[in-house]
Amino acid sequence: MSILVLAEHHDGQLASATAHVVGAARTIGGDVDLLVAGNHVTGVAESAAKLEGVTRVRVADAPAYAHQLAEPLADLLVSLADDYTHVLAASSTTGKNVLPRLAALKDVNQISDILDVESADTFKRPIYAGNAIATVQSADPLKVITVRTTAFEPVGASGSASVEAVDFVADNTLSRFIGEDLAQSDRPELGNARIVISGGRGMGNGDNFKLLDAVADKLGAAVGASRAAVDAGFVPNDMQVGQTGKIVAPELYIAVGISGAIQHLAGMKDSKVIVAINKDDDAPIFQVADYGLVGDLFELLPELEQKL
Amino acid sequence: MKVLVAVKRVIDYNVKIRVKPDHSDVDLTNVKMAMNPFCEIAVEEAVRLKEKGIATEVVAVTVGPKAAQEQLRTALALGADRAIHVETDERVESLGVAKLLKGVVDQEKPDLVILGKQAIDTDNNQTGQMLAALAGLPQGTFASAIGIEAGEIEVTREIDGGLQTVALKLPAVVTSDLRLNEPRYAKLPDIMKAKKKPLETHTPESLGLTVSAAPALLKVETPAERKGGVKVASVDELVDKLKNEAKVL
Ligand SMILES: Cc1cc2nc3c(=O)[nH]c(=O)nc-3n(C[C@H](O)[C@H](O)[C@H](O)COP(=O)(O)OP(=O)(O)OC[C@H]3O[C@@H](n4cnc5c(N)ncnc54)[C@H](O)[C@@H]3O)c2cc1C
Repeated sequence: MSILVLAEHHDGQLASATAHVVGAARTIGGDVDLLVAGNHVTGVAESAAKLEGVTRVRVADAPAYAHQLAEPLADLLVSLADDYTHVLAASSTTGKNVLPRLAALKDVNQISDILDVESADTFKRPIYAGNAIATVQSADPLKVITVRTTAFEPVGASGSASVEAVDFVADNTLSRFIGEDLAQSDRPELGNARIVISGGRGMGNGDNFKLLDAVADKLGAAVGASRAAVDAGFVPNDMQVGQTGKIVAPELYIAVGISGAIQHLAGMKDSKVIVAINKDDDAPIFQVADYGLVGDLFELLPELEQKL
Repeated sequence: MKVLVAVKRVIDYNVKIRVKPDHSDVDLTNVKMAMNPFCEIAVEEAVRLKEKGIATEVVAVTVGPKAAQEQLRTALALGADRAIHVETDERVESLGVAKLLKGVVDQEKPDLVILGKQAIDTDNNQTGQMLAALAGLPQGTFASAIGIEAGEIEVTREIDGGLQTVALKLPAVVTSDLRLNEPRYAKLPDIMKAKKKPLETHTPESLGLTVSAAPALLKVETPAERKGGVKVASVDELVDKLKNEAKVL
């Protein structure tokens, strides 16, 4: 078996998601190579080479791969895929964008968001917003898989893989990068924060998220939100936790003014400890919360901040 | 320009699902079904393009059993001009659906195809990307805004770090995210009118295609149920429990 992992990186930094995907690859077994594709990614490749269990880092460094557009990245992966039995990526917006395209170009199925590896061809994955877990088996010669990073332990960083350049340069005339508007934050990333505190419609407006920020600062927590809070324009889309947003599984998740719809629970119910603050005693969120506090968040949040 | 919009019949998003006792699948007997919410957003966007005079025709398409015609009628009631049903009772997953949709794209030659970014049953998030690959088209996934100008479509995409905008050469494939629009409800007169709009049926065979095998579904289980815990009476008690009982602070 030989596995190619598409490395995730942002702003010239290797993203922590990659170490989790390599963790999943090692569970499958066999040789693991990493593909770093981007523009000016020498630094990323150096960090990638330190991930334990990686044999070789293949680096495609060209303007065509800047911004991780799906069309050139999928073509690049197609050019490399014949060397491998599996291609893996994180279930990030990059992985979800690119891997189905690769799979279709190779005429194979893609398996999304695996939670567990039963064998080299059999995997567990959530369906119906995580309300059921399917065990699926692929008969395809190439397995193309996205990985739920919270479900796999990351590998360490004491490895020393070889680094090799990839010559293939994709010729992309179909799509063009125009711009991006990325959230700036000094807080930990939602996906790998030890503590996450999220606000819902109950927060009332975007300004009130300052109450959450203050608690988050004390805890070193990341701040998330429900869909309702994002739809209402309180906070940007990258903060949405849930079935169709980000999946988090921190040590501690604090849901504030969030009712607990199944689509929200799908994104956070694997957290180790869940706290809910809600004024409605019957809110469904309390059914999954280890500790529930009934009351007005506008009184409770400042008090919590003060007592931490 | 012609817009093709794909819709899927799925379990209603409010329904709490049950797994079959033999663990072969989720039990869908007598369960309320509906159009996948992301497909509703896709239809709405297509209809808005027509209302703005950008699209000249909106064609809705679905792959699925006979009953999926209900969702095509919904799309027609929401403003699609005509509908195409590719009928199959097989368990088709993303690759299979994408290949059948590619067959429809070859016949219809749309300038734009809009799909939902994911279906809330399989949660695959694959079909649009696969269709784009098979048809050799660019893809604008997870769209929260689109703009069409001079043979190109600009797509603002919801990505993990925020928003990204790309320009795609038309024809192109777009998949809708939640913020693309707020879908309308079908009005009764439109529901009546929809019954008379043209609905063409195909089978994979009539498109000259076979259904690609999906990964084998070996088992479906209910996840470990999370038990509710306790209510605490005060912030002090909460902080104490988090420190001394859960030991997470
Ligand atoms: C296709 C689809 C995908 C979806 N994907 C997601 C997703 O990824 N993530 C997601 O979160 N949702 C998702 N949803 C939406 C989901 O169904 C719910 O609508 C949403 O989660 C509700 O958000 P909320 O809990 O903030 O709002 P509400 O349900 O309105 O709850 C607000 C809560 O705040 C409480 N509250 C109000 N004021 C106060 C106060 N002063 N003090 C304390 N408590 C207060 C109320 O008691 C209430 O429980 C999706 C829906 C669909 C159809």
